Amino acid sequence: MLAEMQRDFSDWLVRAGDDDGLRRGLVATRGLAAYQNNYRTQLVNVLRASYPQLKLAMGDEAFLQLAIHYIDRQPPSSWTLDAYGADLPDSLQALYPHNPDLQELAWIEWTLSEVFVAADAAALSPTDLDGVDWETAKLRLSPGLRHRAATTNAMAIWSALQDETPVPEAEMLEAPAGLVAWRQGFISRLRQVDAIEHAALLSLQEDGHFGALCDALAERLGEEPGIARAGQLLAEWIGSGIVVGVSH
Amino acid sequence: MPHANPTFDGYGLGLRREHYRDFLDNDVPVDFVEVISENFMVDGGQPLDILRRVRERHPVILHGVSMSIGSADGLRVDYLKRLRKLADTIEPLFVSDHLSWSRFAHFNSHDLLPLPYTEETLAVVCRNIDMAQEALGRAMLFENPSSYVSFAASTMAEWEFIAEMSRRTGCGLLLDVNNIHVSAQNHGWDAQAYLHGIPADRVRQIHLAGHTQGEDLLIDTHDQPVNDEVWSLYAAATAMFGPVATMIERDDAIPPLPELLAELTIARSLRDGHAAVKEAA
Repeated sequence: MLAEMQRDFSDWLVRAGDDDGLRRGLVATRGLAAYQNNYRTQLVNVLRASYPQLKLAMGDEAFLQLAIHYIDRQPPSSWTLDAYGADLPDSLQALYPHNPDLQELAWIEWTLSEVFVAADAAALSPTDLDGVDWETAKLRLSPGLRHRAATTNAMAIWSALQDETPVPEAEMLEAPAGLVAWRQGFISRLRQVDAIEHAALLSLQEDGHFGALCDALAERLGEEPGIARAGQLLAEWIGSGIVVGVSH
Repeated sequence: MPHANPTFDGYGLGLRREHYRDFLDNDVPVDFVEVISENFMVDGGQPLDILRRVRERHPVILHGVSMSIGSADGLRVDYLKRLRKLADTIEPLFVSDHLSWSRFAHFNSHDLLPLPYTEETLAVVCRNIDMAQEALGRAMLFENPSSYVSFAASTMAEWEFIAEMSRRTGCGLLLDVNNIHVSAQNHGWDAQAYLHGIPADRVRQIHLAGHTQGEDLLIDTHDQPVNDEVWSLYAAATAMFGPVATMIERDDAIPPLPELLAELTIARSLRDGHAAVKEAA
């Protein structure tokens, strides 16, 4: 009986349709609307809170339609409401299939919220690097590190929205690039990187060895420039907290 | 039986983001703080660090909203493991959640939905409480819900259900006085009878909050100051349940901290006033 009621109540919340079946089991039914209203209002509000800049970029009405599309297709399942908006890009893809800028803007916002509560990692200290044999050294990336390919100027749009400066028109990037998000201490970081750095991070995530990264960059850029770029990237990654450990 | 809940006499507030700075920088005059457990069941980051730092100054109560203790298909083990990890880190005064359900199968409504008060529900809720208390290695508190519908199938009053639930599982009670008022108004219950039906020795904490008058019903919004009717009911409750952890619970339209501290002062004076009257008698 209890399971049936909970199944029917859940179906009714999700479908917002006929509530005759539920009403038969209730003494007073006028309060049912409060539950339906709470359910939908809460989900719209959490999407607004998760994607504030996407909402600004799209406008309130377009964002509301996006939220309704998503809520109708994606009932929440996680124990935490914070996880609810994870698949909003699916609805963006359905409603705006020709707007990769919106997809990338959504990725930025969602990823930064994930990074914000990712596992902590202590920064490397100079003494951690004493005596490292870089040929065999394995680099450990920040546990919160996320990345994806970038095709549009979404990061410039996000930054302008964030800083309340004039927002540029959406446009495609002249060359493929990557977006990288991570946390340095308690500060969430976001950077647009060129395709070489993005590929380097990808290979490092798969293999971890700095020597293999040097080989890959040498193959791509030539021996000397490749090694030089690997060294420059390593220094930047350690300085910015993208690399948080070196084992040897 | 897991470790019983301690008794604690004091006044506290919900720790909300808007007041993090106040709690980190100042000696806020509260005896404890309460946080929403799920906000801190994360892998790391600043919020968890802030909670650890506040914990160095104040006892903390972990108050959950997603355990779904009334789910007919049981509790989620991954949720319990995360809550246990947080509790082991924070060493809270109490761990609490609501007498309600939110989840069925893979759907989670993220609302505190009402239960029919039947023997079947009692068996489900007690089984789930046993599982939760076992997983956490400690007794929990459960809060009376506010509700907007009631079930024809119910065979007992809410307070009778709560009393029996507590007796069977050993759990403590978090009495939300505003919820009693809201549900009593919405369903035509007698709030005084409700209070009298609660086993006094099980009450460990009291919540005070505000609500909103909807079109037909009172809605438990937690975005208003505590109103006079709830203060009156609190005065009656404190006369019955004595010194327990008492707090103002504000979840929306969060005011500056001094406004909430002023409400706590009212709570103190109502209880002290009652104690003075009792002493004089």
